[in-house]
Amino acid sequence: MTFDFTLTILAAGSLTLLLALSSLVVATIIGLATAFAKLSDSRALRSAAGIYTFVIRGIPDLVIMLLVYYSLPALLNQWADAVGWDTHIEFPPIIAAIATLGLIFGAYMTETFRTALLNIPKGQIEAAVAYGLTRPRILVAIIIPQLIRLALPGFTNNWLVLAKATALASLIGLQDVMFRARVAAEATSKPFTFFLVAAAFYFLVTLISFAFLTVVARRYEIGIRELAS
Amino acid sequence: MNWGIIGENLPLYAEGAKLTLFLAFGALLISFPLAVSLAFVRNSKVRALRYAVTIYTLVFRGTPLLVQLFLIYFGLAQFGLIRTSILWPWLSSPIVCVLIAYVLNTTAYSTEIFAGGLRHIPVGEIEAARAYGLSHWAQARRILIPAMLTRSLPLYGNEMIMVLQATSLASTVTLLEITGVARRITLDYYIQFEPYVTAAAIYLTITLVLVTIFHFVQRRWAGYLDPRSS
Repeated sequence: MTFDFTLTILAAGSLTLLLALSSLVVATIIGLATAFAKLSDSRALRSAAGIYTFVIRGIPDLVIMLLVYYSLPALLNQWADAVGWDTHIEFPPIIAAIATLGLIFGAYMTETFRTALLNIPKGQIEAAVAYGLTRPRILVAIIIPQLIRLALPGFTNNWLVLAKATALASLIGLQDVMFRARVAAEATSKPFTFFLVAAAFYFLVTLISFAFLTVVARRYEIGIRELAS
Repeated sequence: MNWGIIGENLPLYAEGAKLTLFLAFGALLISFPLAVSLAFVRNSKVRALRYAVTIYTLVFRGTPLLVQLFLIYFGLAQFGLIRTSILWPWLSSPIVCVLIAYVLNTTAYSTEIFAGGLRHIPVGEIEAARAYGLSHWAQARRILIPAMLTRSLPLYGNEMIMVLQATSLASTVTLLEITGVARRITLDYYIQFEPYVTAAAIYLTITLVLVTIFHFVQRRWAGYLDPRSS
């Protein structure tokens, strides 16, 4: 019995990982775009990016998730009613969860990428321009390889927080590890056991990600000499 | 739009905000002395002690706060020994469980923040303290703790805001803090938009006030660490 429930909980691990990885992709895209917006010459872009990161970081993750899952469709339905459309909009939990986590961690990624971009020496870009490299070529050959190295520690950190934040999706009905643990806890009289199984799952994800990203970081640090202190 | 309903229920939100602030600052207040002491243990010369603290912070930073909260609030009831103990009236109360979970969680993060600050104190400051013949206790009180805290200010400020926002999870264990109040109104009046937007606005305002205070504190007490402007 305990064993069966443990298996169903762990089987939901693929859904949790799918949610985490999809959100990571969305967050990385939003983060990169917003980081470039923050460093752009246009004041409108800069302040839009600033407002986005401030608002997201000022509201709890759970509230943002409830806003996306409950409030946004309610608002859209009100508008649809007002113009006379006969539709009922509702988001599936997985879509709402990916959108929410993408939005939240996009804001954190923005800071990571912005700091990394600022740490690429300006002289390198100037040299590339002097050599007549085109802008896409500068981006691919000069900026991105260094961006990966410089942003990796922050990126790792954001991923670790993101993987744990996926547990919130269970509160809007996504049947992830946390949701299944709760079902098992309520069906049996062993809540501690099953929440511990869930905790072990998240802990393992943290440990594996950490080990993997340490290896990647070493790969990108080849050829970097630190000043001897 | 149903902003009238929100207007009628503003007193509920005020109660919720009070509970939110109580939970956040209660947890921070209890956790602070624990984290300061554990930061020293985390850098101790005794390997067993150092490892014990490292494992504690690793486990609590490596699992979701929601799981920790559920383990304490729902999980402890599994053990008959705890259910029959004299502590049970306390351990079955959601407020106590939330406080225990948040204290354990934020102490893990704060310990790492302070321990990092401690490691970055210039060796010269400690050598100077020794050269002046300060006792261990005086070294800690006059030199190490102040230097550690000022160096940790920006990160600790972030952590405080994290704790404030994490209090929204308390709504999942029946507490009527800001998020709980919003949830209750959505259920009572069948409106989904206004209650959560109001909750978000309240959190945003509290965060804005805290960030402004941190800027001031940072400039006042840690200003000497800023790079010199040329």
